[in-house]
Order: sequence, then C-alpha cells, then structure tokens
Amino acid sequence: MDYKQIIASYADKPGGLIEAFHAVQQELSYVPVEAVAEAARAFNVPASTAYGVATFYSMFAVESRGKNVIRICESAPCHIAGAADVVAALEKELGIRMGESTSDGQFALEYTECVGQCQATPVITINGKPYLDVSPGKIPSILAEYK
Amino acid sequence: MVNLTIDGIKVSVPEGSTILQAAKEVGVKIPTLCYHPDQAVKANCRVCVCEVEGNRLLPAACAQPVMEGMVVKTRTPKVIEARRTILELILAHHPQDCLNCIRNGNCELQDLANEYFIRDNPFTLKVRGLKKDYSTPSIFRDPDKCVLCRRCIDACSVVQSVNALGLESRGVNSMVVPTMGGDLMDSPCVMCGQCVHACPVGAIGEVEEIDKLLAAIADPDKIVVTQIAPAVRTAIGEEVGMKTGDMPMEVFVAGLRQVGFDHVLHTNFTADLTILEEGNELLKRLKEGGTLPMFTSCSPGWINFCETFYPDLLDNLSTCKSPQQMFGSLVKTYWTDKMGIDPAKIYSVSIMPCTAKKFEASRPEMNASGYRDVDLVLTTREIGRLFRMSGIDFDKLAPSSFDSWMGAYTGAAVIFGASGGVMEAALRTVYEVVTGQTLENVNFEVTRGITGVKEAEVDLSGTKVKVAIANGLSNARQLMDQVRAGESPYHFIEIMACPGGCIGGGGQPITKVNAKRVERIESIYVEDENCAIRKSHENPEVKTLYDEFLHEPLGHKSHELLHTHYHDKNKKYL
Amino acid sequence: MAEEMRIVLRNYGKINPLKIEDYMAQGGYKSLEKAGRMDKEALIDEIKKSNLRGRGGAGFNCGQKWSFAYRAPGDEKYVVCNADEGEPGTYKDRLIMENDPHTLIEGMAICGYAIGSKQGFIYLRGEYPQLINILNNAISQAKAKGLLQGFEIEVRSGAGAYVCGEETALIESIEGNRGEPRFKPPYPPSEGLWMKPTIVNNVETFANIPVILEKGAEWYAGIGVSSYPGTKVFTLTGDINNKTFFEVPTDTTIREIIFQFGGGIPGDKKFKAVQIGGTSGAFIPESLLDTPVAFDDMSAIGAALGSGAVFVLDESRDIVDVTTRIAKFFEHESCGKCAPCREGTARMHELMESVNSGNGSMKDIALMQKLGNVMSIACLCGLGQAAPAPVLTTIKHFAADYNAKLM
Repeated sequence: MDYKQIIASYADKPGGLIEAFHAVQQELSYVPVEAVAEAARAFNVPASTAYGVATFYSMFAVESRGKNVIRICESAPCHIAGAADVVAALEKELGIRMGESTSDGQFALEYTECVGQCQATPVITINGKPYLDVSPGKIPSILAEYK
Repeated sequence: MVNLTIDGIKVSVPEGSTILQAAKEVGVKIPTLCYHPDQAVKANCRVCVCEVEGNRLLPAACAQPVMEGMVVKTRTPKVIEARRTILELILAHHPQDCLNCIRNGNCELQDLANEYFIRDNPFTLKVRGLKKDYSTPSIFRDPDKCVLCRRCIDACSVVQSVNALGLESRGVNSMVVPTMGGDLMDSPCVMCGQCVHACPVGAIGEVEEIDKLLAAIADPDKIVVTQIAPAVRTAIGEEVGMKTGDMPMEVFVAGLRQVGFDHVLHTNFTADLTILEEGNELLKRLKEGGTLPMFTSCSPGWINFCETFYPDLLDNLSTCKSPQQMFGSLVKTYWTDKMGIDPAKIYSVSIMPCTAKKFEASRPEMNASGYRDVDLVLTTREIGRLFRMSGIDFDKLAPSSFDSWMGAYTGAAVIFGASGGVMEAALRTVYEVVTGQTLENVNFEVTRGITGVKEAEVDLSGTKVKVAIANGLSNARQLMDQVRAGESPYHFIEIMACPGGCIGGGGQPITKVNAKRVERIESIYVEDENCAIRKSHENPEVKTLYDEFLHEPLGHKSHELLHTHYHDKNKKYL
Repeated sequence: MAEEMRIVLRNYGKINPLKIEDYMAQGGYKSLEKAGRMDKEALIDEIKKSNLRGRGGAGFNCGQKWSFAYRAPGDEKYVVCNADEGEPGTYKDRLIMENDPHTLIEGMAICGYAIGSKQGFIYLRGEYPQLINILNNAISQAKAKGLLQGFEIEVRSGAGAYVCGEETALIESIEGNRGEPRFKPPYPPSEGLWMKPTIVNNVETFANIPVILEKGAEWYAGIGVSSYPGTKVFTLTGDINNKTFFEVPTDTTIREIIFQFGGGIPGDKKFKAVQIGGTSGAFIPESLLDTPVAFDDMSAIGAALGSGAVFVLDESRDIVDVTTRIAKFFEHESCGKCAPCREGTARMHELMESVNSGNGSMKDIALMQKLGNVMSIACLCGLGQAAPAPVLTTIKHFAADYNAKLM
C-alpha cells in the first residue's frame, strides 16, 4: 500500500498522526518527508509541525534506513549485562557501525533505551520483536531469521 | 483579588495573574528570556524562577498563577544560583562572538549575562557549528545562536499563520528549523521578518547590505538616489536615541544627505500615485464586473503569502506594483528624463521598514525601466546603523528638504505606514472621484488602529462599498478563507503582512511589544494632520507626472511601468 | 517474614488473557457492575478511603484526583491509562497487560463511570507492539458482552520517548504532538486531553481498582503501610539471583526484596548499591536497606518508589560507569523544551564521561553537584527534576568510587 492510502486510513482519528507514522514505517521502515507532508495535509497541521513530531520520537526516522531495524538496549540493566559485547558482535556480523544501515538495505542498527524485557538482559529487538538473553554467540542465528 | 507578598512587599492582583505580573506591580524586576508579553507563556527558559514558601521546586514566575497568601522570594541565594546556572548553561552553548553579532548591544541574552555577571563559565563552550542560512535575500538564520525560546515559532505560526518555522529532533539536539529542516527559501516563509522582532538574540536577522551602499557612494560614476518609505520616519529616531516619532522629516533628510546620498526622494510620492492607480483599478473593477474583492498589493510579505497560500486568489490582487517598485521604475525613466541623467548611472536605494522588500526588489519581473528598478533595499535598522557609524548629531543638524520631483507627498501617503492607511487614503480619493464632491472630514477613524480585522462601509453616491482591513497574516487568513469560500461581503480589502502595518515591519527597530507599534501609529496620524494636502489626487507633482508622462491612470505607460503580475509559488511543503 | 501478596497480578498464570470468560470466572467485571449501581460520589469516596495512591511516580491520592475530574465542569471528559512504562528495569505494567488485560479495562471503565467519561485511551509505549492485539482483543470482547456500557477505549502507541511517561507529555502525544510536558497548573483533571478534564492513571493503579471495590476500601487500606497502602510490583534486575518480579505489601523493606525475594547477590559477591524506582531513582547504600518501600519512607531517604524497578549492583561493579551510562540516558530522553534539562542533562553526561574516563577533577564533582541541585528544583517537569538523582546520590554515598577515578 502506498503511504498516501495508509495515512488516509488514519485521517479521521483525532491526533492520529503518530499512529499514521507507525503504519507508514511498518511498510517502508521509515517516514519519508513526503509522507510527513502528506500526513500534515491529512491531519490539517502545518508541515513544520508534522516534521517536528516525526523527528521527536526515537522510533521514527525521516531518512531511509535498512528494512529490518535492529535496536540494542543500552539502558543500565542491559549495560551491565554486556550490551556492549552484543553491539560489537552485531557491528562485526553486519559490517556496519551503530546508526548505519547495511548496503543491501536489509538491516539498520540503532541504540534504544529500555524495552521492558529486563528479566532477561541484554535485550535486542528486531522490527519490534524482542530477543532475550542475547549474547554475541546468538547473533548469527538471530540474524539468519531475517536473511 | 488575590493577596500575596513578593520580597516582603504586599500586593493584590486579579485572580489568574502570574507571579511575574504581580512582581511588576510592585516594581520587583524578574529576569525573563523566553517570555514575550504579546505571546502565550512558554515557561521553557526557566530564567524567571523564584522561590515560593512551602514549595520545594522553584516555579517559573511567568507561568505560576498567584495564590492567596503566597509568599514569593525572588532574590534568595537559591534563586540566584539557579538563574546563574541556567544562564551559564545557555551561554556555554552560544557563540561568544557578541562583538560581531548583529544584535550586539540589543540582545536579551547579553543583557542577562551582564546583569548576572557571568564571567568564568564553568561549563565548556560547545557551539554546534551549524550552517548559517542565507538562502533568502531578506532574512538570515544563524542556528548556533538560537536559545530555543520558540518566540520566532510563535510569531511565524500564531501571529502570521505562515508556519515556516518549527522544531526538529529533541533534547540537546533540538533545533528551530524551516519546514522539513530545509532552507528558509524552500519553506513557506514570506520574509515578513516578524521572527526577527521575536528573537531575543542574533539567531535571526535581516540580510545586511550597507556595504553595497557604501561602495555605490564611493563610486564616482554612480548617482545614488534614495526613496524613504512612509513608515520609516516615525521609527528611525528610535535607532539614534530619540523617542518614537521625534525625528523631524527634514532632519532625517539632512542625515541622509550627510551619509552621501546624492538625491533624497520619497516613496510617499508613489504612495500617492498608487492611490490613483489602485483607486481607478477598483472603480474599473466595480464598473466592469472585474474580480472582487480587490486586494491591495503594497505589502510584499502579503504578496508572498497570497502567492504561497492562496494562489487561486491571485486575480483578486490589485495589479499595482508596490510604491517602492513604482518608484523604482519611474526613477530610471521619468525622473532621469526630467533631470537629464543617464539611467544607467543611477543607483536606486530604498529605505524600508521591511525585510520582504529586499526580496521584492530582487524579483526578476521588477525591471520595467530596462534596468533593475530598485538596486538596493535597506531596512530602517540598517539606516540606523549607518547613522550611528557616521556619528551624526541630529540635534545640531540643519534641516533639509526633499529634492523636487518625486519628493512631494500628501498626508494620504503618510498614513500608508499604518494598517488601514492605504484604505483611508483610497477612500479620500475615490470618494471625491466618484461623488465629485469635496470630502470635508478626511479622517476615517474606523479604518485606524491595531485591531486585527477592521471593516467599514462607504456610501459613494448611492453605491455602498464594503471594505475590510487586516494586519498580520493570521488575520488576513480569516478574510482570505471567506473569499475562497465565496462568502466575502467586501469589495476592497487592505492587507498588511505585519501587525500594525508597516510601522511594525520586519525591518523596523526591534520591537518586542505591540505597545510600541501603537505609539508609532499615533505618530503617523500626527504627521498626516500636519500635512497641508491630505488627498493623494491633490499631490501637485503627481498631477504633473500624469500631465507630462503617464497621461492617465491605468493607461499604456502605467501598465508598462506601474503594474505587475503574480505567480503561484508552488511551495513543496506548506 | 514478608510474603508475596498478589492484587494486581491476582490472575497472573491463572487465566488465558485472550479469553474474557476466564477473567469473568475469577469474578471479573463484577466490580464494574457494582460501581454502576453506586452513586458516583460514593464510589469516588470509596476509592479515596482506600487511600490508593498513584503507582506511576507522583503518588497522588487516586480518589482525590478522580474527584477533581468529577467536579470539573464539562460533558466531555477522558480517562487515560499511562502504559508508557519507560523506566529502565521496569516491566510490571507489561506483566499486567500481557496476562490480565481485563483488569486494566475494568479499572478504566470504573473510572469512566465515576468521573462521567465516555472515552478512554491506553497510551501504550511503542516498545510493546505485541500488546496492542491483546488489549484490543480484550476491549472488543468486553464491548461485545455489553460490559462497558458505551465507554470506549482506544489504544494509542508511543514511539520511543521516555518523557511521555509524564502525564502532560503523554497527553500531548495522544493529541499527535511532540511529547513535551506542559507547565502546571492547569492540571489534567481540570484541563487535560484536548483541554478537557482528564484522569491519567498508571496501569498498576487501574488494576487495583476492581479489587478495592470487590473487597472494600477498609480491607485495602489495611494492607502494608497506611500512608501508602496496598501492594507494589517490583521487578528485579542487575546482580540478583532471582531476576524476576514480586508483588508485595508496601511495608516490605528494601532488604527483604533483595535478599529474601531476590535471593541475594549471585556468587560470593557482596552488595554494593541498589537503585529503586527506575533510572531516575536514587542509589541506596547498604546502610539504608531497612527502609520500607512505601512512598513516603522512600522520600524520607531521598529516594523514590517510582516504578518499582530494583536494580542491584554488586561490589565488583563500577558505579561511576553505570552512572555515566544513566547520565547518557537522560541526555537522550530530555525533550529539550526547558533550558536547564536540555542543556543540563547534556552537561551532566559530559562531566560524567570526563570523570569516568579519568579526566575529571574535584571541580567537576562540585559542578555536577551544583548543576544537579539546580536541575532538581528548576526544571519544568519531573524528568529534569529527577535526572540528577543518580549522580547526586552516588556522589553522596559512593564518594570513594569517584575519588578513585579523579585525575
């Protein structure tokens, strides 16, 4: 579905801008500025306001990124459980640094704060799905699900 | 009424007042930065924090409502430490180049740094090194200097409904940016410059072009001619330490001659001319069933707004160029003919209360004279700088009058500087043209003042003409939406982009408060009263212009030199 | 010896969260039915009498809050559930929603009836996409059974902003804006969502409501500490044997939570510090472990019960490094609206990095203390006010660790 249709389906929700951005991201993995402008029209807010919203929330990206968004929790409980090792393993496995996307457009690597799965740290999420008790050794098999 | 004490002083204020308002009542000065008296309270800079007995937190005086029995302390060590620390934090993120800053000496942050004697800032200076935006010919942005008070956003959205400015990102990375984080030129910015007035620091300012003037003056082959817009005189005194309106016109002219202008003429001349052209255009539209309501076209910020947000209503705009541009095309044709000067030698400079005029002069279509009609636009503030640099003592300066030809004007032209002035001037002329009777009382009080939308009805020999006036673009929007919906009852609408009209223009001395705009408006009407002639069609030089050169309003020559056309700006993001 | 007591997690593991019948079989929705037969003021009085205090962080008396919204004029009122639990180390609201969504919905519907609201919103943090279906499923089941009596509930997702746990930022976010806190007053019960009277309560708070109505205010008020009665769910993370959750009465002490429920520190290591209430909480040394977890007792030692996160560090941990990481969290999560938080969180992180990397001095420590003190009283919202707590409390209780790292 193209982003115009997606956005249109949320237009009657008061304040549904954020919901609409989520839905666009589900499809495109980011919210292109054209979609931000489209949402501004649909929700009758200035483009500058919609852009301010899109860039406020850490889950939204207005620039293109990899299809599968990997987010590594670096909040204190994951930090002391070895999140840094997981980061290093992911960077090595994908050949990119945190904040980058793979050249084939498959993966994006980002930090996140706590994702609320602290019973089994460290935690990463891929497209919102949590992976618990992650260790460097588990990275290849986790990534394989998405390759 | 609510009773409280502030620093031991008892005060009673109406319910709903803030601590800041109450403190003002008893002469307790609380520092502010994001606070703007004409805008909604933001409470984001926290510089105005104070202590309230029984409250662990320090509330912001600008936002905290007073309560019965409240005991407020505004200068305890705790308060001072908080304010100083906050200032240190802001300053550690702000370039320390006050000496080179456009707002040096007129900066709210500089004042606070001085009042709180910030010397050795314990925080390491960290300036982001963001790109300056010089994409428009009118306004520049220096995002490094931004203190994120958001007053510019308020001016651009609430006051002007342009919404060219917004926020990007969050936390320490947050920035005020033009739409989609792009350049100002690609945003819907109309270059009105109201953000410049709102900015407490030097993060937004006019594009300064004084050097171009100095180069032209230094060039022996150039003849530097200037025109002064109607709203400039009332405010220019503020730039050189005088009270609003106190600079007499003849002294102002003498000052301009001192700094090196070869000929000093007046935009008021073409303001009168505008009335004849625009008045006749209105009558023609009324008679021949042209597009109505007709909109005035003197305010370039408004033109940009209409071309950006209401491209479907461009036919409603009067085709008359603004007085600045009429002047520009005449100076290099009619005036040079009359003076026997080669127009190629003319360097035409206009002195404007406006930032959008810089853009207007740069429009490619503004070359009817065969040259760029207006070579340079300087704002009132830039002329103020020029005067200060030149060290002119205005108290001792011998008055001087305007050059003959294109220096004569009437009271009707003077009031162009205030919202409602163009309408009033037009009515003074149109009434007499249509009814053939002399208008005894030329004062149309109903069109005056700073009210956002004004309306009036005038009886022209049985024809009732309904007119409306808006100042500030949010107010204009109300009238435009009505027109777009086909529900506008008006025949003629005057729009000025800036609140209060040109006296509150983006190029005027920095005016934080609307009260200052009201003062300037008063001074405009005093000047009008003092004019011997107060109707545009009675301007003797304008009469001569028609006799010798233009022949008739809306005639062939007028069409060529004094009228223009408009374009849909096709902005990508609104 | 302290014992677990399950109120909000009473149905945990006992029911299928996707089946409303299971919930009803445990007596679910009886309280809503009972509330519907009660006079609204009497209902609010009952909640007041229970002395239930908000489980979100501010600890405001729930019934009193409801009475403000009830008395606020206007036909349009809203009930908002704060399900934006963003405090690192916290997942108790997820446990409730994942395992017993109907208790939340019933609690919200009771509130809706009490204050005269027809519309509720659950603001669910963006990190919990898997709960959207569970909640929507529960809402439609309850509606299909006609239990909600016209009270509508809509789930709205956050998108990665810790600050949206602050009630006015949350409201802004539901309205589709940047999640920036508003200055107060006005408070949400008089002007909240779309400037209408609004109750914002945490998931755990709402989950208590059905039980209070079922068993009575007096019963509830008698549990735990009387100034903050009831239970609290704790989630244990860090260096602790039982990395899990417990629901305990509020008179339980920190020591009991760590050593009895948590099973103590793994290996032969000794306890060093515990941070309670999430990442904005104070770090507490051994000497204060016998403090009851109740709100006011915690406040008295400069700590906060907050979200109920219990983050334990053993003696081998570098507390300066952990605090540095926490300072980075606040720099990242500050919304940027107010100057002392926007600039202060970044400076605090910068100074902590400097100290943590061995480049700091006593001057830096003093500057952090000054900055922290100012932030804690001058920032616009709770985020900025609480942000310096970990730095200030570690400097206070673990000065030796800092000194060891100074130049």
